[in-house]
Amino acid sequence: MYLKTENLSVGYSGKVLIHDINLSVERGKILTLIGPNGAGKSTILKTITKHLEKIAGVVTIENQNISKWSNKDLAKRLSVMLTERISPELMTCEQVVAMGRYPYTNHFGALTPEDKRVVQESLRLVRAEELANRSFSDISDGQRQRIMLARAICQDPEIIVLDEPTSYLDIRHKIELLDILRKMAAEKNVAVVMSLHEIDLAAKISDQIICIKGDRIELFGTPEEVFSDARISELYEIKTGSFNTLFGSVELMAPAGEPKVFVLAGAGKGIPVYRLLQKHKIAFTTGVLFENDVDMQVAKVLAAHVVSAPAFMHVGEQELCEARKWIDRVSYVIDAGTPLGEQNQRCRELTEYAAAQHKVTLTAAEAFAKIGKCRM
Amino acid sequence: MTNTKITALIRYQIVFIILLVLIALGIVLNVNTGTVDIAPLRIFQIIFTNLDEGSMDSNIIWKIRLPRLLTAAVLGGALSVSGFLLQTFFRNPIAGPFVLGISSGAKMCVGFVIIFIAGKYGTLSSYTMVLTAFIGSMLMMGFVLLFSKNAKSMSMLLVIGIMIGYICSAVTDFCIAFAKDNEIANLTSWSMGSFSGGSWDSLGIICVIVFCGLFCSILISKPMEAYQLGEGYAKSMGINIKLFRVALIVLSSVLSACVTAFAGPISFVGIAVPQIAKVLMKTAKPVVIIPTAFLCGAVFCMFCDLIARAAFAPMELAIGTVTSAFGAPVVISLMIKRRKQEQ
Repeated sequence: MYLKTENLSVGYSGKVLIHDINLSVERGKILTLIGPNGAGKSTILKTITKHLEKIAGVVTIENQNISKWSNKDLAKRLSVMLTERISPELMTCEQVVAMGRYPYTNHFGALTPEDKRVVQESLRLVRAEELANRSFSDISDGQRQRIMLARAICQDPEIIVLDEPTSYLDIRHKIELLDILRKMAAEKNVAVVMSLHEIDLAAKISDQIICIKGDRIELFGTPEEVFSDARISELYEIKTGSFNTLFGSVELMAPAGEPKVFVLAGAGKGIPVYRLLQKHKIAFTTGVLFENDVDMQVAKVLAAHVVSAPAFMHVGEQELCEARKWIDRVSYVIDAGTPLGEQNQRCRELTEYAAAQHKVTLTAAEAFAKIGKCRM
Repeated sequence: MTNTKITALIRYQIVFIILLVLIALGIVLNVNTGTVDIAPLRIFQIIFTNLDEGSMDSNIIWKIRLPRLLTAAVLGGALSVSGFLLQTFFRNPIAGPFVLGISSGAKMCVGFVIIFIAGKYGTLSSYTMVLTAFIGSMLMMGFVLLFSKNAKSMSMLLVIGIMIGYICSAVTDFCIAFAKDNEIANLTSWSMGSFSGGSWDSLGIICVIVFCGLFCSILISKPMEAYQLGEGYAKSMGINIKLFRVALIVLSSVLSACVTAFAGPISFVGIAVPQIAKVLMKTAKPVVIIPTAFLCGAVFCMFCDLIARAAFAPMELAIGTVTSAFGAPVVISLMIKRRKQEQ
């Protein structure tokens, strides 16, 4: 392990916020801290970077206690990207990046050819060569984050600590930045420790995840070990919706009340209809969905009830019977337009059943037109 | 890339040459102008060949005008560098010895001495005044340092500085209530600042303090540049922030205390000149700006002193009047220009 903390306690002015932190990260790997706002992600990161005094415990780099190191020794191993926004006067992006060479330059900060080469390489790594001569105050937030990352890389560290590197960024720049991080970790064999708000992105980019909740580390492990829908809902205390870790998507709260609509869905056709009904707070039931159907992921959190069939099996009498019972209880049936194949061909019987029972049957397009205009 | 660097270097050289030419011009004009006009050629002869030693022209030049203009130049430079250091420290373009209460502290001490001590022990020697003002300035700096340990943010420290300034003004006003008319006049004329006290002796002391301060400032120009990226980043690059902060504020205070002691509080030079230097050099790199600000400040104060002496001769204006009149518009226009650039 490159960086390790042992029973670390962190907090402000002697007051412990989080205790018994035991985390570790290897070079070339990405460790991400997740947790609700105010959980203390930044506090932990700032303690590791020695911006905050630790309260108890040890932080080691290659088994050496870093509290004995001078700032300069640490600067040659560890660099940071902070949340504080900087506004240097009259500095070009290249000059900002070159500040990363600080621990290596002479007393007046003169850059050697080697330093200049590292600056150019860092700019290349974050794909910001064309920004080199632009004034730092003239560029966008996304570009700034890349320049600040280049500065951190330029410091030639063995570990980079980033506090919320994706805040202020739109989705495109988030993806770009994380992609660069991944590449950098591998190419330069740098350990990365960061905090992220976006748990979906965290799951995709990280090798290890730490969940912080309350005054302790709730979980520490690979994303596969850490992430489950229930855990995320618990960690963030989500009460008015849900988070699907498999897809990284957010669903809002399921509509309450007696179901008024039955949605004939499957093969992904149902999801837009479910979300439409959720938006208008119309409770619904749906079916017949195979357990491996993509609609299932959303239906299980939004629908009042899902009529389901085992994966890769034929839809049989049992499921149809259950579906008919639900159709009996509603006055509208929406046919989402699911294609019928060999395994679900009997679903056609449900459409016929609905017509026979004088239910109003709508296609997805009709449903959108109708619900969009008025309430059902 | 290399192109922009070469242009920057050429720019630095041109600006330095222009400033040196302006300094030379300032020296000639300053020596030349006054109640007694002396021709430039004669000035050169007197300065470089010691012509007519003992004549009136020679005495005026050697005993009055040269020490005064050199004092103005060195103190003006010191004030500008001090302002630049404080602006870097507070990351705020309006920070200066005035804003931090350093000048008010000096005024308070001088006022106290003029009113309560001088009255009892007869007149004050000029060195007592110098010492008093210096002590007053350093006292205020001590307070600011004391608070800087606890103050969480720079803006809070700035507010504290301004508040201390108000307290000092209040104490000064309180003292004035007990003062006689001539004492008030003394204090007022001191507090408007003047380079008229310049002699070769005082210039020697000034040079030792100012050039030491200047040298030390250039020595810490590297951490200053990193500090411009913010405290967090500066620390992460290996700077001992506590030590650096103390060094920065002690240096700037010594420089501005020296000015206040020898010439009284002089406003706006510390704020305006570093801004001008940055605009001229198109950079904020301390290693470039510190010498530039020093030279700019020297030119600025020499010409301001010239105006103060010559504009309404034989009556002499207070130097503060002139520096404010020229400095304030510069600050306003620079602020507006900067705003536009940022938008």
